[in-house]
Amino acid sequence: MAGLSFDTSGAGGGAAANKAFKQQLNKVYGWYTAGFLAFVIVLAVLEQMGLSRQWIGFIFLLATVALYAGIGIMSRTSDAAEYYVAGRRVPAVYNGMATGADWMSAASFIGMAGTLYLTGYGGLAFIMGWTGGYCLVALFLAPYLRKFGQFTIPDFLGARYEGNLPRFIGICAAILCSFTYVVAQIYGVGLITTRLSGLAFEIGIFVGLGGILVCSFLGGMRAVTWTQVAQYIILIIAYMIPVAWLSVKQTGVPIPQAVYGNQLQKVTEREKQLREDPKEKEVIAAFKAKADEFDAKLKDIPAALAAEKAAATQKVADLKAANAPAAEIQAAEKALAAVPANEADAKKAWTAAKAANAARAVPLAGMPSHAAQFAGDPNGDEKAQKTFNESRRNFLALVFCLMVGTAALPHILMRYYTTPSVKEARESVTWSLFFIFLLYFTAPALAVLVKYEVFTVLVGTPFDQLPRWITSWSRVDPALLSVVDINKDGIFQLGEMKIGGDIIVLATPEIGGLPYVVSGMVAAGGLAAALSTADGLLLTIANALSHDLYYKMIDPNAPTARRVMISKILLLIVALAAASVAAQKPADILFLVSAAFSFAAAAFFPALVLGVFWKRANKWGASLGMIAGLGITFYYMVTTQPWLRGVFGVTSPVELWWGIQPISAGLFGVPLGFAVIIIVSLLTPAPTRQTQELVEHVRYPDLKLAKA
Amino acid sequence: MQQLSERHHEYWRKNLRITAILLAIWFVVTYVVGFMARDLNFTFFGWPFSFWVGAQGALIVYVLIIWFYARYMNKLDQEHGVAEEE
Repeated sequence: MAGLSFDTSGAGGGAAANKAFKQQLNKVYGWYTAGFLAFVIVLAVLEQMGLSRQWIGFIFLLATVALYAGIGIMSRTSDAAEYYVAGRRVPAVYNGMATGADWMSAASFIGMAGTLYLTGYGGLAFIMGWTGGYCLVALFLAPYLRKFGQFTIPDFLGARYEGNLPRFIGICAAILCSFTYVVAQIYGVGLITTRLSGLAFEIGIFVGLGGILVCSFLGGMRAVTWTQVAQYIILIIAYMIPVAWLSVKQTGVPIPQAVYGNQLQKVTEREKQLREDPKEKEVIAAFKAKADEFDAKLKDIPAALAAEKAAATQKVADLKAANAPAAEIQAAEKALAAVPANEADAKKAWTAAKAANAARAVPLAGMPSHAAQFAGDPNGDEKAQKTFNESRRNFLALVFCLMVGTAALPHILMRYYTTPSVKEARESVTWSLFFIFLLYFTAPALAVLVKYEVFTVLVGTPFDQLPRWITSWSRVDPALLSVVDINKDGIFQLGEMKIGGDIIVLATPEIGGLPYVVSGMVAAGGLAAALSTADGLLLTIANALSHDLYYKMIDPNAPTARRVMISKILLLIVALAAASVAAQKPADILFLVSAAFSFAAAAFFPALVLGVFWKRANKWGASLGMIAGLGITFYYMVTTQPWLRGVFGVTSPVELWWGIQPISAGLFGVPLGFAVIIIVSLLTPAPTRQTQELVEHVRYPDLKLAKA
Repeated sequence: MQQLSERHHEYWRKNLRITAILLAIWFVVTYVVGFMARDLNFTFFGWPFSFWVGAQGALIVYVLIIWFYARYMNKLDQEHGVAEEE
């Protein structure tokens, strides 16, 4: 990376300077990509020569984190324009790549293909939602925000809605959604570092955090931008190679996106066979029997508990009497200790065990038919019709929330402040979506190819010949992958595997039989995705606090150097806070991520869009609209989502509105936000002439006015 | 007091029109196809059609929408004298 310098002449520059800068970037990142591929090839050769897996993991972890840190050090800055918006001269293509990396989080890279594997058509809501949102960004927000040309989203709210109240609500909402999101990223970082290096989860989190911090701490948006471009290149290569390989293996064609339709047909055929397969039915019956066993125990808890305790005590006594090996006695003692201590514990444990077994006593291991649009049947009986309608409604509601949320997440919108012009901001959205599209239209292919592999190759394999990745992953975490020969026939059935969505992508290279170096590369790609998103989010939070809260609201005379300094300190504090939350392994990560989208959608989208398109929208309308949108979204989630109900101690019965799942709570918040802004604005005085002129100012890329 | 010329108003009207048209396309591809997904089940190069739209077709249309909008607006800026100076 020698000769990499992002210091062309001062901020702004001319068209010629911008062009020269872009050419220099092309050269640097061209060499960088070649260097990365060479690095992977060298490692592949070393693997053939006997380099151990552990070392490959370590080298990938250290090399990539050191690389990101290096870019961070080279781009260090204390200049405000450089620190907050990368000097506003990021060319459209590179801003597109940086936005792509910023956007694609651990959830996109690791989780999405897994979700598609488990839910089939239903998972496409994420694919459509997380791409279609960019249409809203392009049509409603990016060019206007760029023309406005400040530093943050609360900046826009504060200027457009005349005052600190809307700005303050904006700060709170930005922190709420960014913080929930960043916790999930750091959790992902911890998961991958653990897998790559074998370090403990808590240590893994802090190693990854080091990489994040060096980068955003030293160079702010400038360092983050150039690192994100580097991270995009790694993550897209890492995602494509294993899928292409799997595709060649199954179909002979290296472009999986073009040919997986046929594989989908074969998967659908195979689903029909597996549903009728007598062995699969045996497995289902076995799980059903287990669930019934717990059900029987639950009917008379005291008696069942006493019997269980007696049996366990008896076994220990028998083994001791028979002088059995120490290991067996220990196991029996452990089993005795594991018997629930009292009736309340027993009830809890057995209810959970009954539910877990009942959940597995279903065809296809609980997965719907991959190609089936929605559950239920529109032509069936009343119940099937209701299932169908609710399933369809929830699918469309989720698409809506993810789309609007995409167009309202501050860390994404902020990126469009960094382009040199409005024109480039528009083009930059095109590039952003193009780079995101590359990964998103590959994910459904990956899911189908992996499913084909599992359905046709894995199912029916004798247990003692199962591939190595199954044992190695179930050792990492049994919650992610576990297999059990429940009908004791020695053959693997689909129903006997419980697989978590989060390992599908990470395990794909092994499923396809690729060398371990590719697994290391995929993990490094996932790390890049999580780190880049965490960088952008931390920066958003720190900027909201230092720029909006401190500089704009508390001390408007603060010198630039102090503002940047404060931002850096806050970044450190927020990062540590997020890491300590992530180290607790909060219960429901996927839910937290999706909740961030509903929050952002309800809080920001109506106020931002009306701010540009409706001059009459005023301070009170926007403030109340944001509060109302956010409020109802929050209320609906707290009263309907099991984990949040637990946190807030809600005990009233769950009442879903029109059967909408809590994940899509933004569906209610967004329209309410629009309605409140419009009604309250009309009831209160119009904004000042100056503010209306600001609206006109953002609507035209360059407004040359005749003075009247 | 600043005064917008007729040319400026026309620029904004055209902007609103193209925004509305593109948004309508976005809506049809996403929600109309999504709503009718079960009925649009015919085979399309191996995929059920609505599955393909969700996995690829809609995404391609989204990229085209944004690309077209950027091109159209950048040209409109020039025609109405509101383009930024390079």
